[in-house]
Order: sequence, then C-alpha cells, then structure tokens
Amino acid sequence: MADHSSNGGAAGPTHKVLVPRHKLATRITHWINVVAFVMLLLSGLAIFNAHPALYWGQKTDFDHPWLAMTATPAPGGKLVGHTKVGGADFVTTGVLGASPGVDGKPQARGFPKWLTMPPYKALVDGRHWHFFFAWLLVLNGLAYLAFGFWNGHLPKDLWPTRQDLKEIPHEIVTHAKLQFPKDERATRYNVLQKMAYGGVILAFIVLILAGLTLSPRLDAGFHLPDLFFGRQSARSIHFILAWAIVAFLALHLFMVVASGTWNNIRSMITGRYAIEVPETSEGGDHEA
Amino acid sequence: MKPERRGFLSGLVLSTSALVLAGCNKIANSSAVDHVLTSAEAFNRRMGHFFVRPKSLAREYSRADISRFFKPNGSIAPDNPADASSTPAYRAHVASNFADWRLVIDGLVEHPQTLSIADLKAMPAKAQITRHDCVEGWSSIAEWRGVQLARLLQKAQLKPNAKYIVFHCADAIDKNDDGSPLFYYESIDLEDAFHPQTILAYAMNGQPLPVPHGAPLRLRVERQLGYKQAKYVMRVEAVDSYKRYGQGKGGYWEDNGYEWYAGI
Ligand code: HEM
Repeated sequence: MADHSSNGGAAGPTHKVLVPRHKLATRITHWINVVAFVMLLLSGLAIFNAHPALYWGQKTDFDHPWLAMTATPAPGGKLVGHTKVGGADFVTTGVLGASPGVDGKPQARGFPKWLTMPPYKALVDGRHWHFFFAWLLVLNGLAYLAFGFWNGHLPKDLWPTRQDLKEIPHEIVTHAKLQFPKDERATRYNVLQKMAYGGVILAFIVLILAGLTLSPRLDAGFHLPDLFFGRQSARSIHFILAWAIVAFLALHLFMVVASGTWNNIRSMITGRYAIEVPETSEGGDHEA
Repeated sequence: MKPERRGFLSGLVLSTSALVLAGCNKIANSSAVDHVLTSAEAFNRRMGHFFVRPKSLAREYSRADISRFFKPNGSIAPDNPADASSTPAYRAHVASNFADWRLVIDGLVEHPQTLSIADLKAMPAKAQITRHDCVEGWSSIAEWRGVQLARLLQKAQLKPNAKYIVFHCADAIDKNDDGSPLFYYESIDLEDAFHPQTILAYAMNGQPLPVPHGAPLRLRVERQLGYKQAKYVMRVEAVDSYKRYGQGKGGYWEDNGYEWYAGI
C-alpha cells in the first residue's frame, strides 16, 4: 500500500492513465436501476396520495396515523396544507397536504405534482407506472446480483475485507476532509463506499419485500405481514426505505461530485477511470 | 454570477421543469404508454399464481383484532334517496327488510337458483375474520359470515364452458352516457370462486350486513383488494367471458383502468 499521509496523490511527477473500472453488467444495471428507482419513487408518491397517511400495525387505526397530510379550507377558496408527524402539526401549504393541481388550482394532495407520476391525481395510473417499473427493478436487481456473484464483483469488490474494517477510522477522517486518493488505490472501493453500496442493496431488498407484503394474494402464501409487524407497518416501512434511498442518492451524488464528477460518471458509462501513476522514467520507489 | 446570467439560468431551470412536467402529463395520458405499462398486470397475476397455491388461505384473525371502525367505501348509502347510488327498488328492499329480496344464480348453470336470505341462512355457514385491503392503502379487519360460493355453485352446477363468475349489484355506482344508472359489477375466475374462503356474506361482526357494507349480501374474495368485494349482490352469473358487460374489463373499477387481477 502506498502511504496514507500524502493527499492521496503520488509524490513526484505523474501522468494520467485510463484503467478499466466498471464491468458492462454493472454499468447497464446501474443506469436501469436509476431510471426504475426514480419512476418508482414518483409513482409511489402518486399512490401514497390516494390515502396520504401511514400507520403502524396490521390494520388502519384512522384516528392515529403516525404521518398524515391533510388540507383544510381557508377563506378565498384557498387550502391550507398540514403535515402531521407523531403529535406535531406543521403547515406545509404549497408542498405537502395542499398544492396546485395540474390546472393550477389549489388541490388537496399529499405530495405536489412535481413529485408524482402521473402529475395529475390518479391512483390508477400511479399503480400502472409503479408495477411496470417495480418488475423492471426486480429483474434488473436479480441480473445485477447474478452477474455480481458469477463474475466475482460482489464478493471481490463490494464485500469489506478485514483490512478494510481496520481502515474505517482513517477513511472517516479522509472523507470528512474530502480527500480522495488519485492513484492506484482509487481503483478499489474504499470501505465506506462498500458499506454504503452494501447498505443500499440491502435497503432495496427489504423495500421490495415490504412492497410484496402489500399484496393480499402473496400474504396468503407467505404470511409476509408477520415479517414487518403487520400490513400497515409494511406500508410505512416501504415508504421510509424509499426515502432512505433518496438520502443515499443525495450523499452518493455529493460524493460523485466531490471526488471528480466527470471521471466518476465516465467510469460508470464507458467503464474507464483515470488514475495518476508515477512517470515510469522517474518512478522512484513507488509501486506501480 | 451576474444577475442576468442567474436570471437566464433560473429561467432555464424553470422552463425545463415546466416542460418535463408537461411532458410527464402527456406521457402519462398517452394510451400507447399505458398499454406498455399495463403489461405488468399479467406479470402480477403470473407471479401471484406461481408463488401462491390456488387453495392457500388468507390469514384469519382473532376477535380482538376486529377494527372498531371499518371504513365503508364505494357506494355507501344506496338506501338514501338523496344518494346518487340509490334506486327505488333497493329502497323498497330496505323498507321491507329484504323480505322479497332474492339472490339469482344463473347463466351457464344447469339448475338456476332463486334464494331468499332465509334460504341462504339455512345452508351451512362459513365464518372468517379477515383483513380487507383497500387499493388506496388502508386495511380494516372484520368477521364475515355467509355461504361458501362453491356450495352455491355446486347446487347450481356449472356448465363445462363456464369460466368466470360475474356479480351484478344493486347500487348505481355511476351513470351511463345516456344518463341511465350504471350498476356495480365484478367478476372472478373459478379458482377464486371455489376457494374455501370465498363467501357471500350476509353478516358482519355478528350483525346482519349493514347497508354501507353491502346489505343484504356481499362477496368476500379474501386474496384480492377491496374493489373485488362486490356489495349489494343481486345476481351471480356464470359466464364464459365477461367481455359483454360494461366496457368489457370485468368490473366497474376495471372499466376505469384498475387491474382485473387485484391480488396486489
Ligand atoms: C437511486 C439511485 C442510485 C442508486 C441506488 C445507486 C447505487 C449505486 C451502487 C450500488 C453503486 C456501486 C455499483 C457496483 O459497483 O456494483 C453505484 C456506483 C456509482 N454510481 Fe450510483 N446509484 C444511483 C444513482 C446514481 C446517479 C444519479 C449517478 C449519476 C451521477 C450515479 C453515479 C454513480 C457512479 C459514478 C458510480 C461509480 C462510483 C465509483 O466508481 O466509485 N449513481 N451506484
């Protein structure tokens, strides 16, 4: 291993070389996943809007949602949007509870039209979008896992090693300083990256299971609600995990930008990633 | 950043998002796109049938799990003359406490039936405490008591070409284009029709079925969503195809775009 004290770059003159980074299967499944997830989020919020409240347990206790978006009429044909979380009540007019519909007029709706697919209020179309992209996401995810085990990507590149675990404190410090290696070390995922990717894969699996729990037919076969403490809890967990993945996405995009936007994105499109290697003539004592 | 450049940029962002939004509306409204999207329904159905055996039972709950408030949905007051779903015929049944009401079982059957509530109650009863999942996302639990549909169909004896069971209802859920009442209807296949938990229920939580929940008789088909649970059932018809009713999609909500397979 090269030394960790430098700012990631190799000492002495270096030049850039493009090295292979992401396999074709990883790249294709990654971008399909992005499209499917975005569509699932938007159509999921359209479905949520049909009954913009969430509960714990097996059945709905209509008086005690833990999250609810409502609209109350105000003078002048206006609507005031409320978002209740636990015991707290926030006025969220314009975004949550009440916001302009596609005709521009105030409408009682959980999430606003720019966060739902379709933008107009229609549970039926939201379901059509959701199921289509849900199966796309599942098939794509299965392909990702199958390729990942078959070509060794998952155990080799994503599973943290013992050495990785020791590096956690060090990686936290360098991440906090937004210092990223530019040399040969950059060809591997660091341990925080591995944990974030592993975490998001796990989140997708639980999210999908919670979604399947909402199917009364599958419940009859597998008693899935027992896994999630009831069908209404499963609906809540499905919702929470979707937003957890949005949080991952925000962090993910931030890291992509912070560690070299174009280099990263190119590596996820063409598969090639630029690293800095010492000039061969003055290579000194650095490992290649 | 110079103000005009910022103005241009925010203008660009605003106009693109407006375009995207308009585009989303267009795309969502396009029937070609809808055709592609609804192909997922077949997948839902195949997966449901691949992973879950025909006779697997929906979970049953205990008395303690029964919802204090079970939300009635769809038509909820066909007994009220002011309600759009109401008809004089249904109101007359309510007024006479369903004394003259008869369930008709006909279509592709050898022995058509005409049964009163008393006839139904005289048959072996099936009771179950199950969860009702509305397509909107909420769930309520209630105890239902009624007659297994399988028992009624055995009595009527299906002809070999019968493939589906259509339920014709008394509530005018909507209007036809000519203004005439459009009655609720639903349909299920024979796998669900002969499922042990598929019943025509005349009682809910130990009481005669209340009007908001479909008095005097409603369908319970426990492995599907709420809109399959036809209320105010008047006639049970065995058919080889449900295409000739409504818009041909097999039910009122199906005619409005919802999936015929409501197992998810
Ligand atoms: C919900 C959306 C997203 C999820 C769940 C997600 C998830 C992931 C995962 C799991 C990996 C690791 C893949 C592997 O090696 O097997 C990855 C890598 C990557 N993603 Fe995403 N991603 C999302 C959106 C995006 C977006 C919108 C971009 C565009 C900027 C992006 C850019 C990248 C890049 C550049 C890498 C490679 C990082 C590297 O080489 O170090 N991702 N993503």
